[in-house]
Amino acid sequence: MTSFLAQHGSELIEKTWEQIYISAISLGLGILFAVPLGIILSRFPKTANVVMNIASMLQTIPALALLALMIPLFGIGQIPAIVALFIYSLMPILRNTYLGMKGVDPNIIDSAKGIGMTNWQSIIKVEVPLAMPVIMAGIRLSAIYVIAWSTLASYIGAGGLGDFIFNGLNLFQPDLIFGGTIPVIILAIVTDYLLGKVEQKLTPASQKLN
Amino acid sequence: MSEQTPMVQFKDVTKIYKGKTPAVSHANITIKKGEFCCFIGTSGSGKTTLMRMINRMNSITSGEVFINGKNVNNLNPVDLRRKVGYVIQNNGLMPHMTIKENIVLVPKLLKWSQEKLDQKAKELIKLAELPESYLDRYPAELSGGQQQRIGVVRALAADQDLILMDEPFGALDPITRENLQDLVQRLQQKMGKTIVFVTHDMDEALKLATHIVIMNDGEVVQDDIPENILQNPANEFVENLIGEDRLAEAKHDTVQVKEIMLTTPVKINLGASLKEALSLMKQRNVDTLLVTDDDDHMKGYIRINRLEHRYHRASSVSDILESDIYTVKPTAYLRDTVDRILKRGSSYVPVVDDNNKLVGIVTRSALVTLVYNTIWGDTDPMSSAELSKHQKDQVTKGADDDHD
Repeated sequence: MTSFLAQHGSELIEKTWEQIYISAISLGLGILFAVPLGIILSRFPKTANVVMNIASMLQTIPALALLALMIPLFGIGQIPAIVALFIYSLMPILRNTYLGMKGVDPNIIDSAKGIGMTNWQSIIKVEVPLAMPVIMAGIRLSAIYVIAWSTLASYIGAGGLGDFIFNGLNLFQPDLIFGGTIPVIILAIVTDYLLGKVEQKLTPASQKLN
Repeated sequence: MSEQTPMVQFKDVTKIYKGKTPAVSHANITIKKGEFCCFIGTSGSGKTTLMRMINRMNSITSGEVFINGKNVNNLNPVDLRRKVGYVIQNNGLMPHMTIKENIVLVPKLLKWSQEKLDQKAKELIKLAELPESYLDRYPAELSGGQQQRIGVVRALAADQDLILMDEPFGALDPITRENLQDLVQRLQQKMGKTIVFVTHDMDEALKLATHIVIMNDGEVVQDDIPENILQNPANEFVENLIGEDRLAEAKHDTVQVKEIMLTTPVKINLGASLKEALSLMKQRNVDTLLVTDDDDHMKGYIRINRLEHRYHRASSVSDILESDIYTVKPTAYLRDTVDRILKRGSSYVPVVDDNNKLVGIVTRSALVTLVYNTIWGDTDPMSSAELSKHQKDQVTKGADDDHD
């Protein structure tokens, strides 16, 4: 292990960084896009069905195929990888946001409207805080997916820990495979833990009582 | 009193949900300032829809709704709702906000200063009759009744003059419900708010309302004060809604004096001598005589003790006449009379017609019988004939009570 670190240490750090970078940007874009979309869709249930079906369909495209499909559109490198992973991250976040918003007690929404909140105030001050645990569950799920799948991004030249794994596979060197896989697992666990903390922070105190 | 602008006015209001029969059709209702108005009906009768059109929670298909003379359709719905208190069945408190945040939600939307918000929260928790320490708790930490107390005072937070309540106590147990009803009634009377209250519980409506609107299938069936609704139900639906027991009770309320009065009071002519009076008292075994003139006009009464004192100085009934007598009309409602008789402590009240002619007498013992029947709600309510008979049997006993 020490010899592996001595030999590949600096490369490992660099690749881990690339992995984090690709995943974080894809996930970040996914959140920025899917959470607002889910919120808007909660106001338009009919459209929501259509959008959900499209998102589900995108989800069924094999990850590797989707990455490959990006090449004619965006060439190779990090950008096509980020686009592909972004598409992948959408579904869990979108679905959970939508369900979380739908799951807020209609009486509470009625009450918010009845006491004179605008639609926007109702969303920001009431519905999103109450839906937060469900939304966060979707984000955490997406985060794990994106971190795991971003190893495949190396296939289209995006770098990341996938480089180790693919090299290991090509060169029949198990230590490279492990050297790539273990950091990915650690990364996923740490990310999930940190997002758990964020969830704690964002969840209203009263909801934690239950 | 000058005609003041009604707090809420419905003018030919109809509400039709897409592709359905009208939920409310052609409603015309006027709710005055300070009234406690109950909309009552079975589920699906349109009562909630009707109420929700006041603060535009439901749109109006046709017709007009006015608040304080202003057409609500010309008001900004958000501003309108902030000015109208709103309480719903499951309290509608925000579970993720503390009690304090919940209470001052509307003032906060209206951008009051923090200082004013703190002050208001303390003031309102007192109105809710809950300890100040509850302000920092979350709704889930309070009982259902306590939550609804907060729901009620929240509707007062921005000094709203009009408060809408949609079956606010429907989910509470009977004892808690009664406490909350008392609270709302106290607050309403103390602060002079106008309340529109939707319920399906007749007891609740009769307890709280000063104005009842009965709804069925989207139509206003009856719109009147509770007393009139009890006494003159518009149709069978209203009768069923009120229930037999309450109708029977209300009937007792409508008994008129003439139905139970005794038509042969012991009376004496103004010009009669004291000797005659005394012998009449002895003969009828009473200590008081009603005095009339030749045309039976009520003049007053004489009492045995006064007669005794003045027997040798006075000669005729008119000399010892006491004329400060309380009388009732035969058409007066007994329920009003009962109270007065009991409070005055007199054992009888003479009944005089519009020309002040003595036509009968109501005695205390007759009232006892009536009260007894009302309370025990006897299965075979006494007819007025029986009542009078009863009264005759007891008339002397009643008069005897006056000795003290």
